[in-house]
Amino acid sequence: MTARTSWRAALAACAVLVLGVLAWAALAPLDVASRDELFEIPHGTYARRMAGDRVEILPDTIRLTLGVKDVLLLRNLDEVPQVFGPALIMPGQSFRLPFERASTYSFACTAHASGQMNVIVEPGPDGPWQTLRWRARQLMRRWA
Amino acid sequence: MSRPIPRQLAALALAFGLAAHAAPSPALKAGVFEPPRQAPELMLRGSDGSEVKLSRYRGKLVLMSFGFTSCAAVCPVTLATLTQARKLLGSLADSVQVVFVTVDPERDDPQRLKTFLAAFDPAFVGATGKPEALEAVRRSYGVSARKIPMADGYLFDHSSSIFLIDAEGRLRAMMPYGHEARDFVHDVKLLLAK
Repeated sequence: MTARTSWRAALAACAVLVLGVLAWAALAPLDVASRDELFEIPHGTYARRMAGDRVEILPDTIRLTLGVKDVLLLRNLDEVPQVFGPALIMPGQSFRLPFERASTYSFACTAHASGQMNVIVEPGPDGPWQTLRWRARQLMRRWA
Repeated sequence: MSRPIPRQLAALALAFGLAAHAAPSPALKAGVFEPPRQAPELMLRGSDGSEVKLSRYRGKLVLMSFGFTSCAAVCPVTLATLTQARKLLGSLADSVQVVFVTVDPERDDPQRLKTFLAAFDPAFVGATGKPEALEAVRRSYGVSARKIPMADGYLFDHSSSIFLIDAEGRLRAMMPYGHEARDFVHDVKLLLAK
């Protein structure tokens, strides 16, 4: 076997591997352990804020996907009540908000400088191409 | 003569029993507080001429919203939705009390609240009071209200969610603005059944 042939064989093997991964990502059913998108206020957040730290926990915009990640779960692990997104949450309490329709939801939120928090709920992936895109976006979010 | 139940069968029955007991309650359409806390009490003047206190409504499910009678967009939609929900509930509607707490005490006196709410459902109760009393109520529920001056007066930018307070006076859930009447019916039935 010449060097050129073995190089071609390696390339073909890589291509098959990549195509296999893409086919899996596009066709395998989405199997998520939990549909909760969890945000927690850690213990000591109030003390840190009082000490002058800028503690940002909730982003201005949260993206959810119907049928996959469509429940916003907010949990207060701090020692004082906190306005967290749309709710006043007591220490040790959680607020679990499910979404059933794709839309953009705006909530008044004093924890944000803008006074508003947006939740964008997108339709669940429908078909191989959208499933692939959804997985790619999740991967990019993890790396970001 | 009774025969002893085989140990494995007893264990299986116990496991099924525990699983049934530990099974999560059916999900509400609203956002759920877990664990629920006692809903902060109100001490406000009611549109029905009496003092509005949540303890008055023990045994009923209270749907409480915040708004103002001059509101042109959000409040009428919320109240129309709650009116429709009560109609859909049929005889269960008697177990539901809607309380509308104003964020505009300057204009919303008990009489004005009564006239405004009667256009939706005469059973609705409005609540008003001194600005500081209303602010304390809003703070205790995490409700915001910001006065916005306009050329011809003012309006309010305010939280538009509806609070669901169960028959024992516990703050169980919060329904964001925009849900349909049938979602309220769904949750009311679940909360009254518990």
